[in-house]
Amino acid sequence: MRNDWMNGIHNVGADLSRRGFLKAAGVVGGGLVLGFFVPGANKMARAADPKKPITPNAFLRIAPDNTITVAINRLEFGQGVSTSLPMLIAEELDADWSQMRFELAPAAAIFADPVFGIQMTGGSSTVKNSYIQYREIGAAARAMLIAAAAKQWQVTVPECHAENSMVIGPLGYKASFGSLAESAMQLPVPDSVALKKPAQFNIIGKPTLRIDAQAKSSGAQQFGIDFKPSDTKVVLVARPPVFGATVASFDAAPALAIKGVHDVFKIATDRGGSGVAIVANGYWPAKQARDVLVVKWNLDNVEKLDSIKQLAAYKELAKTPGTVAKKGDMSALANAAKKISAEYEFPYLAHAPMETLNCVVDLRDDACTVWAGSQFQTFDHAAIARTSGLKPEQVTLHTMMAGGGFGRRAVPTSDYIVEATHIAKTYRELGKSGPLKVMWSREDDIKGGYYRPAHVHRVEIGFDKQGKILAWDHTVVGQSITSGTPFEKMMVKDGVDDTMIEGLDGAYDIPNKISVHNTQANASVLWWRSVGNTHTAFVMETLIDEAAHVAGSDPVAYRKKLLGADHPRHIAALDLAVQISGYGKTKLPKGHAFGVALHESFDSVVAYVVDASVTKNVPKLHRVWAAVHCNQVVNPLTVEAQVQGAALMALGSTLPGAAITFKDGAVEQQNFNDYIVARMSDMPTVKVSIVPSNDPPTGMGEPGFPPLAPAYANAIAKITGKRLRKLPFQLA
Amino acid sequence: MTQFQTTLNINGQDKQLDLDPSTPILWALRDTLNMTGTKFGCGAALCGACTVHLDGQPIRSCITPISSIVAGQKITTIEAMEMDKVGKAIQVAWVKHDVPQCGYCQSGQVMSATALLKTNHKPSDADIDAAMSGNICRCGTYQRIREAIKDAANHLA
Repeated sequence: MRNDWMNGIHNVGADLSRRGFLKAAGVVGGGLVLGFFVPGANKMARAADPKKPITPNAFLRIAPDNTITVAINRLEFGQGVSTSLPMLIAEELDADWSQMRFELAPAAAIFADPVFGIQMTGGSSTVKNSYIQYREIGAAARAMLIAAAAKQWQVTVPECHAENSMVIGPLGYKASFGSLAESAMQLPVPDSVALKKPAQFNIIGKPTLRIDAQAKSSGAQQFGIDFKPSDTKVVLVARPPVFGATVASFDAAPALAIKGVHDVFKIATDRGGSGVAIVANGYWPAKQARDVLVVKWNLDNVEKLDSIKQLAAYKELAKTPGTVAKKGDMSALANAAKKISAEYEFPYLAHAPMETLNCVVDLRDDACTVWAGSQFQTFDHAAIARTSGLKPEQVTLHTMMAGGGFGRRAVPTSDYIVEATHIAKTYRELGKSGPLKVMWSREDDIKGGYYRPAHVHRVEIGFDKQGKILAWDHTVVGQSITSGTPFEKMMVKDGVDDTMIEGLDGAYDIPNKISVHNTQANASVLWWRSVGNTHTAFVMETLIDEAAHVAGSDPVAYRKKLLGADHPRHIAALDLAVQISGYGKTKLPKGHAFGVALHESFDSVVAYVVDASVTKNVPKLHRVWAAVHCNQVVNPLTVEAQVQGAALMALGSTLPGAAITFKDGAVEQQNFNDYIVARMSDMPTVKVSIVPSNDPPTGMGEPGFPPLAPAYANAIAKITGKRLRKLPFQLA
Repeated sequence: MTQFQTTLNINGQDKQLDLDPSTPILWALRDTLNMTGTKFGCGAALCGACTVHLDGQPIRSCITPISSIVAGQKITTIEAMEMDKVGKAIQVAWVKHDVPQCGYCQSGQVMSATALLKTNHKPSDADIDAAMSGNICRCGTYQRIREAIKDAANHLA
């Protein structure tokens, strides 16, 4: 359906034909509620109830009181989707922004990511993948509201338009969305809708304050860890010191002697291990009980990882050819006029989100309800059903606001959710009932994690006399993140896990060869903000800088030459970073230097120029200029926040102590005293500029991370002459 | 364990508690009094998420047992900041500068920032570093926190 009133709006009906709108059937009296049909699912199952703010299959509800509530089909854990997705709807709806509300959607097929096909939050993909989806909902609702108004006023649709949550007609007719919502609900949903052109945007692209800022500044925001149905008991788990180890025996008596402790029992833990669960009436008695609990562990049959030995083995492996990920003729290396031979080291890293893992499980005979800050609702929902022995339709998973995640809440094994469900099941088998809230201490988080894998890279580069790169032989050693997970099919090709090499074969025109060694180790590994780019960008961008030095070229000019004409977004970002920073023009104080790096990840390009200094072997990052190419920006304040945050996190990865190490199979760190993260005093000023574009948006949660540490290292190298090849940095 | 009966003055109200004396104020607030605005982050005074005020001074409630509080001492939490002139100014600045991302650490950040502005009406960058470096934010909101503190200070001046 293409209406005259949609003048100048391009039609996106083809996209809609895949799934069509769903209007809640047979229920009126509570406003306008719109959702989507799910292909292959029971279209009318669980019809929307407009009397409730958000119903299981609705994306949008316009209530008679004019409030507009948007269901967020992702996890909100800081990245700002609870503001950016409502912006997309509000734009097409022509809504009054102050009326926008949001709720996090529970696990349900309808809330699957429209590209990935499962409900998940990751890969910096929310705005990118739902840019059309959410705008279509808003456009359909606007069409229905306008049609309802036209009908009521007995005028034609083209005579009416919407603005600021009002439909305005001829002859001074005016009605609020809320007053029209119920009559709009009676009308057919348009078969297709047309979306605005970027020139017509009023909200998209405009700096917009977060909807949740007030709640999060006043202590009012409820996170998963704050949720406690009545009669909930708290559970802490004594997990094995080495992954996969088991309980040989334990003495529950001292733990049970603590007042408030109800039960102590053995449970299965992740990775084939076992542990002891303590059920108490609060965190403190549970913790006291765990402190005095005596467990004898059976450590015989588990590999005891040692980071020092692992690193030595990785370095040896890196000297041998691995599985080829990209072929290349490396014969020029042997007789090259100049050479760089570089070996890089990266440690395991913990995610350490501020809110430690937790989850509430209410398991009954015929139903299981779970509340968790899940990043992988589809997998977690299935895992709860599998573990509890219930049917999927008997399981409800509520998505809770989460205090950070950085990947830790997107676990293909659903580790902590499976564990919690198992605890609830065992508890019932002991004849007990009632909701259980499994909590993780910070020590549990640091020691019981899934980690960014440790890596060694080895690179041999051969140059001609003029410094032109003749051959670039690149070998990566480390554990594959996706092997053995449901993502293996998609991400591992011919034995090469794409998450290990992503970012190595980027925009630069260089004659390279890439090979990998997939190692095994008793340390579970996982995506961690920007995944493989956390290490690949560091290697690439420090070596390109070094190559520029070999060629006697300016690092910016050198990069632009290697980028050529085929990468205008890279060039635009780099030029903008140079422009806003004064690189090449501004003279920095003595002991300071500029450093540059540029990297594309999640389809966005971020270029950094940084100002750093070194005093007595202690480096300091003072100022950062970021230029971002993320195509159409939806919320510039979010882009700025994500880049500032990613830059800070990347800076954190350079600080002494930003490493997880293993000894005798156990993680050696335990809390923020020995696993170091960046603090206020580390924060440089980060100025963010965005390259203007109206192309469909690309990722923003992660791309700010990869180029920061290499830009910093390049500045340090300029000051000290020393190339840093190890994270965290070690100058002395 | 012997239980410990005590009265804590929290946000101007006397609250009766019957808990183990070692119980940190954090868990008395969260588990007993259902005041969940104060957050658990590390349990070891390393991250500042649990910051409350004791007679106006910022303390880490995760390591402060209820038995250490003596009669007449007043505990103030994030829930009372809206009624506090400085606390309110900080919260307004937090929203204006779009400070929170995940928001989990922000109760503690607001408490530390409020305590700072109560004793230092025009904090320098170094003052802010000193007062705020005990509060970890993994999302990296530090720059906006710094700007918001300065803005709140200007508004209160």
